Amino acid sequence: MTIARMRAAVGRSSGFSDRHQSLSILALGVVVAAALPLVGGILGAVVPGFGTQNDWVGGFADAGVFVLLASGLNVVVGMAGLLDLGYAAFFAIGAYTYAYGASTFTGLHIPFWLMLFIGAAIAAVFGLLLGAPTLRLRGDYLAIVTLGFGEIVPVVILNLDSWTRGTNGIVGLDQPNLYGLAGINGFGFQSPFLYFFTVVAIVSVAFIFLYRLQDSRIGRAWVAIREDELAAASMGINTVTTKLAAFAIGATTAGLAGAFYGAKLGIVSPDQFHFDVSFTVLAMVVLGGMGNVWGVAIGGFVVYEIQHQGLHQLNAFMSSLNIPIISSINFINYQYLLYGLALVTMMLLRPEGLFPSRQRRRELHAETDEAAEFLAAETLEPPT
Amino acid sequence: MTASTTTVQRLNVPWRTVAGLTAALVFAYLVLLNASGSFASEQFINALTTGALYALIALGYTMVYGIIELINFAHGEVFMCGSFVSWAMITKVLLLNGTVRDPLLLVGALVVVFLAAMLIMGTVGVIIERFAYRPLRNAPRLAPLITAIGVSFILQNIIFVSISNSIVTVPKLIPFDDLNFGLFSIKEINLFVIVVAVLLMVALQLFTTRTRIGTAMRSTALDREAAQLMGVDINRTIAITFFIGAALAGAAGVVQTQYLGDTVFNIGFQAGLFAFTAAVLGGIGNTTGAAVGGFVIGFLQVISAAYGFGRWSEAIIFTTLILVLIFRPTGILGQQLAERA
Repeated sequence: MTIARMRAAVGRSSGFSDRHQSLSILALGVVVAAALPLVGGILGAVVPGFGTQNDWVGGFADAGVFVLLASGLNVVVGMAGLLDLGYAAFFAIGAYTYAYGASTFTGLHIPFWLMLFIGAAIAAVFGLLLGAPTLRLRGDYLAIVTLGFGEIVPVVILNLDSWTRGTNGIVGLDQPNLYGLAGINGFGFQSPFLYFFTVVAIVSVAFIFLYRLQDSRIGRAWVAIREDELAAASMGINTVTTKLAAFAIGATTAGLAGAFYGAKLGIVSPDQFHFDVSFTVLAMVVLGGMGNVWGVAIGGFVVYEIQHQGLHQLNAFMSSLNIPIISSINFINYQYLLYGLALVTMMLLRPEGLFPSRQRRRELHAETDEAAEFLAAETLEPPT
Repeated sequence: MTASTTTVQRLNVPWRTVAGLTAALVFAYLVLLNASGSFASEQFINALTTGALYALIALGYTMVYGIIELINFAHGEVFMCGSFVSWAMITKVLLLNGTVRDPLLLVGALVVVFLAAMLIMGTVGVIIERFAYRPLRNAPRLAPLITAIGVSFILQNIIFVSISNSIVTVPKLIPFDDLNFGLFSIKEINLFVIVVAVLLMVALQLFTTRTRIGTAMRSTALDREAAQLMGVDINRTIAITFFIGAALAGAAGVVQTQYLGDTVFNIGFQAGLFAFTAAVLGGIGNTTGAAVGGFVIGFLQVISAAYGFGRWSEAIIFTTLILVLIFRPTGILGQQLAERA
C-alpha cells in the first residue's frame, strides 16, 4: 500500500501544462460566462413554467457560490483529508462581515470589491482561531469540533439580537458597484447577469489559486498528510501548520463566497447557515470526487441545479402525470434522503467520486489495480 | 497503528472518583440554590433526569468508539428513531392515550414499549454496522465518517418523509405525581427515568465485565488482532456492540417520550451532539466516564437555564466540548491516553 501511495503522490494531477494553467482557466471562465446565459436562455424558452432566462442565470449565479464553497471545502476534505462539518459557519462569517461593512445597518459603506477580501480575511482569522488548538487532535475529533462550531455560529448570531437583529437578519446590504465603469453603477436586483459574471470571475480567480496550490509544495504536503500523517511528519512536514493552512484556505474561500452571497441577496439571516448547508457542500465534494478541483466544481454545480431546479421540475412533471400516489409526492422533501443515500453509496462503491482525480483514484484502488505487484509489501505491513 | 485507546473497566471502586463526584454534586446543588432558591431541589432532579437521558445515549457513542474508533454520527438519529418506536407502540399498538393509573398495566405497558424500542433499534444498529461501516473497516478514516453522516441523514429523513415533519405528541403513561420521602420529594416520572437509566448502566457494566461476550468486547477494543488470534469472532463482537449501543439509545428514546411527552424528526442532531460531548467529557471509550459525562451535561444545561442563559446552553455545551478536547482530551476520568497521531 505504502509504495502505491508514494507513487501516487509523485504523479502530478494537473491536466494543463504549468505555463498555460492560469490562462487556460481564465479562458474557460470566459467560455462558461458566455455559454451558461445562452443555455439559460434556451431552457427559459423551452422548459415551460420554469421562469425566464433571468431566473436561470440568477440560479447559475447562486450555483457559482456553491461551486466556490465546494472548491474551498475540497481543499480541507479532499486535499488535506480533514473532515470539516461546520463549513457553513465560515460562509456565515463572510456574509455577516459583508453586512457589517457594507449596509445601512452599520452605516458603513465599504466598496463590495474591498469587502470580498475583508470577508475572506475575517473568515480566515476564525478558521485559524478554531483550527490552531483543534488540528492537533486526531481527525474524528476535528469533525465533531467543527460540527459544534457550525452549530454555535448560527446560535450566537440568533441570540445576540441587539448586534445582529437575531432571527430577522440584517437587511439593506449594499449592491456591488462598478462606479461608472462600462456605464455601470449599482448592480441592482433586476438583472442577474452582472452577479453571474462577477461570480464566474471570482470562481475563475479562486480556481487559479487552488489549482496552483494543488501542485505546489504545500499541496503535496497535504496529500502526504492525508495518506499517512506519521510518515509525513517524519519526512519533515510540520503537520500542524500544514493542516492549519488547508483549514484557513478553506475558511477564506467560504468567507469570499459568503461576502458575495450577502451582496447578491441583500439580506443575511442565521437560518441561511445551518448544518444542512455544510452537509450539502460536503455531498457536492464527495459526489464530485474528493481532491479533484474540476470534479468538485461539476459536483457543486450539478447538485445545486438538481436541488433548486431539478426537483421542482420533477415535481411539476410528476403531478402533471396525474398518477394517484406519485403525483402527490413532494420530491423536494426527499432531497436530504437522497444526499444521504448518495453519500453512503458513493463511499461504498466509488469512494473516489463521480469525477475522480487520477491520483486519488490510484490511491483508493491501489490494492485492486496493483495487487499482484505489491502483494509482498502488503503482507509485511500490519493491517490497520 | 493499532487500536489502543480503550480502558479496561476496573472492578474495584475508585474511591477518589466517588468522593470527587459527590463533591461535584454538592457543588452543583449549591450553584442551583444560589440561582433559584426553593426551586433548587426540583431543578437538581431535573438535571439528574436530563443527565440520565444523555448518559444512555453517550454509552452508545463511547462503546462504538471504544471498539472501532468511529464517531457514529448516526447514533443520535438512532435515539430519535427509538422515540418514534415508542410513539408508535404507545399510540398505534397499545392504543393508550394518557396516564395509566393501574400499576400492573403501567409496568406491563412500559416493559413492552422498552423491549420493542430496544430490540428494534438494536437491530437497526446492527444493520447500519453491517452495511455502512463494516465494508469500510479498512478504508481510509474519512470514508466511514462520511457514511456515518450519510446514514444519519437517511434515518432523519425517513422519519421526516414517512411519519411527520413537525412535533409529535406522545401520551405520558407515568403519573406526574410527587412522591414524598420526608427529606425531599421527587416526581414519579423523574424517579422512573433515573432508576431505569441506572439499572441499564449497571446491567451494561455487569455484562461487559462478567460475561464471555463482554470480555470479548473488551479484548476487541483493546487489541483487535490479538483478540482475533485468541479466537474472538470480531465481526460478531462488533455487531453485538452496535446492538447494545443502539438498544440503549432506543431506551433513551422511550425515556424522551415519557419525560418530555413529545418528539420530532430532528431531535437526534442536538441530543447526539450533547451525548457525544458527554462521552468525550468522560473520556471516550470509557463507559463509566460516559455516564458521568451525561450527568455533567445535564447539570450544565439546567444550570445555564437557571441563570437565565437557556438560549445559550447549546453554545455553552459545545464550547465545553472544544475546551475539553483542547486541554484534556482524555476526559474527566482521564484513565486513558489520547492518540495524538
